[in-house]
Amino acid sequence: MFKLKFDENHCLTCPDGACLVKCQYMDFDRNSAREELVKVFRGEDSPVLQNCVTCYSCEEYCRQGNHPFYLINERREDKGILTAPRAITKQWIHIGEPKGKYQLGEIGKIALSFGFMPQLKDIAKGKLFEDVLPSWFFGQEFFCNVVYIHFANTKVFKERLPVVIENIRKLGVEEVIFLHDECYAAFTSLAPAYGMEVPFKAVHYFEYLYNRLTALKDQIRPLNMKVAYQRPCSNRLCGNSHLYVPKIMDLIGVTLMPRTYQDENALCCGSIFRAMYGYDLMKDVQTRNLDDMQQSGAEFCIFNCHGCMNALSALVASRGIKPLHMIDLCRMAIGEKPDMES
Amino acid sequence: MENITQALAEIVGKTYVSGQAEERWFYGRDSGLMPAHQPDYVVLPRTVEEIQAIVRFAGRENIPVVPMGAGMSLSGLVIPQKGGIVVDMKRMDRILKVNETARYAVVEGGTSTGALHAHLNRHYPRLRFSIPDSPATTTIAANVMIHGQGRLTQQYGFNSDMVSGLEVILPSGELCRIGSCALSDDWFSKGPPLPDLSGLFLGWFGATGILTKVGLKLYPRKKMRDVEIFITDSPDFVPGILYEITHTEMAEDINIFAQPLPLIFKDNHHIVVYFTGEDLEELDFKKKKIFHALDGFIRNKDGGFMTIGEGMRKTLLDMPQRSATTFADVTRGGGFEYSGPIIPIDRYPQCSRKLDELAVKYDLKYHATARVIGRGHAMMFAFSFTFNRADADMLERTRKALHEASEYALSVGGLFWKPTLDEQRIALAKMDPQTAKLMKMIKENLDPQGIMNPGNWEVPG
Repeated sequence: MFKLKFDENHCLTCPDGACLVKCQYMDFDRNSAREELVKVFRGEDSPVLQNCVTCYSCEEYCRQGNHPFYLINERREDKGILTAPRAITKQWIHIGEPKGKYQLGEIGKIALSFGFMPQLKDIAKGKLFEDVLPSWFFGQEFFCNVVYIHFANTKVFKERLPVVIENIRKLGVEEVIFLHDECYAAFTSLAPAYGMEVPFKAVHYFEYLYNRLTALKDQIRPLNMKVAYQRPCSNRLCGNSHLYVPKIMDLIGVTLMPRTYQDENALCCGSIFRAMYGYDLMKDVQTRNLDDMQQSGAEFCIFNCHGCMNALSALVASRGIKPLHMIDLCRMAIGEKPDMES
Repeated sequence: MENITQALAEIVGKTYVSGQAEERWFYGRDSGLMPAHQPDYVVLPRTVEEIQAIVRFAGRENIPVVPMGAGMSLSGLVIPQKGGIVVDMKRMDRILKVNETARYAVVEGGTSTGALHAHLNRHYPRLRFSIPDSPATTTIAANVMIHGQGRLTQQYGFNSDMVSGLEVILPSGELCRIGSCALSDDWFSKGPPLPDLSGLFLGWFGATGILTKVGLKLYPRKKMRDVEIFITDSPDFVPGILYEITHTEMAEDINIFAQPLPLIFKDNHHIVVYFTGEDLEELDFKKKKIFHALDGFIRNKDGGFMTIGEGMRKTLLDMPQRSATTFADVTRGGGFEYSGPIIPIDRYPQCSRKLDELAVKYDLKYHATARVIGRGHAMMFAFSFTFNRADADMLERTRKALHEASEYALSVGGLFWKPTLDEQRIALAKMDPQTAKLMKMIKENLDPQGIMNPGNWEVPG
């Protein structure tokens, strides 16, 4: 079975305990942060195991190359500490179960991954994707299974992710452009953390969009829009891709309005909180997030993840802010009219 | 035969009477599993007077009369067991009155739920009624006659509880008004403060008379409507969850479903909670109360609110729901039927386990659906099976599974809803003899010749 690569010494010598000091849901100072994470590593009881809300942010806060969230996940599973109601976990496990109903486009050396999010099939259109389409794949057989780390269930992805890697390898692709953070992070963060080899190059779609927009630069018409960006939880597992957000906005003449809750301080969409903890945490996080967006003067809320979009679209719209996916925004910049229904 | 057709033609016009094989074949069956039996004649009257004339004629000739709405019961309630005349009510489809202030409508006996829904949408957007999840062609009269349930059942009871008056043609052909409309042209109450005579007709499946007009209570229609689904992995938690949600009095409607396919639904019980609001503030207030009511279950990890995608949300918010139609063709061959007893909500776990057992025993695709009636006073629990009509063996297995489900439901304290003739016999046999005697007395007094939908609610002896 695959084992998490985690070095306790990195925690013992950590200068700032950033993983827990910066946590938006738990309160630790530098010393207690270090102590608690070492306790977690050693399999001792810690409030971290009870109170972590699975926002994934500590994976980004840690500068030591360790994987604090993956570790918390492992220990929770060892101790049988459930994060989500059993029914929710079961449901997600069933959703991702391969059924042999996957779909393939005309697979080339480079392919788009729609993972198992049907919405992605509708949104990847137009000139931006001309270079790669119709090379794509979709289905549970290509579903990254990262979501189970919300549920302290590592067994599922340890079992399924190697099969997914093999399924993609069999397609003969050399490079895969992932349209969802979790899928990208599966192959650039989770798999390496567990020593799984990935025989293809994983590219985040932000990088792809940026390169395509650069290539189509003469067709860009600055949008002159003021936007807020909703950063998803899974983007914390692939923080480097976040650097493309301001670069893309600059390229297409869009102003990212300064906010309290952005970049490292970004707030979750609340979707997973409602399923695991109910109303109060979801409401608190969503309200702070929406108030902040509104105060920033943003006219549009730009989404990266359809999960966030599902959770927040109606709410941002009720505040007079228009919800829009990043791909649609980029298509607008080159004069295309995306189908807003998608 | 020719003489009778001629006599009926003189009442309704030649175009609206038939004794032809094609019509007799069609009117001899419904979409369920009950054996067909053809009528001798089919008539489509347009007026109350025409129906009176038909009933009087049938009485004189001693011919059975079976009133029919859209034939959607699935349990064979309008299959003419002894032949005779099927009175198809569909031409009597006018919406006669909507009293907006007193919130009621008066419709003719063949008016469909779809027609009233469309009429209110267009002319009275602040009013609604309890739309059942049957197809929109279902008639309002038939729906209240079978004690149907709908979107407002959790708040106001069976759809028949929302009747505000009736006009009935008795087996003698006499016309009778029931409720406040018996004293004035106001249709605000089906009985109280007078003796409530509506029980002489509602639930009798036309065996005591034909409904020619129905007064129906209307209710406030809020501008916004939303839905949440709470899921749990054990049927044992369902009654407690329902108790807590109904305690909030915030839900519009509460449905429960459990099914093994698609996989997203496997192993869980889904409590679908609808709520409405005049604005976002009201909607969110109700949502908060409903969520908080279930905090204990969430804390113990016994259940949680699932994520609902936009596609699923749209489907769930549809009125009526179309999902049963999709389910009906899972096995291909378009067969769908359910036994839907009314049970106390604490029997949900038993019935759910029984359905699992029956599906395995008879090798059938199944689906459990339930709807809360009143504030947890009862629920309709549907043991639903889908089958291929071209597969005789599967039909037989389905019949057996449904029969066993019905008997089981009765054994755990349930009541049959829209019972088949077989189920009616079982219910009458189990019933307190004095109650059965009273039913017999009512039937014999109203219909001494026994010509009205014969076979239904016939107390032996």
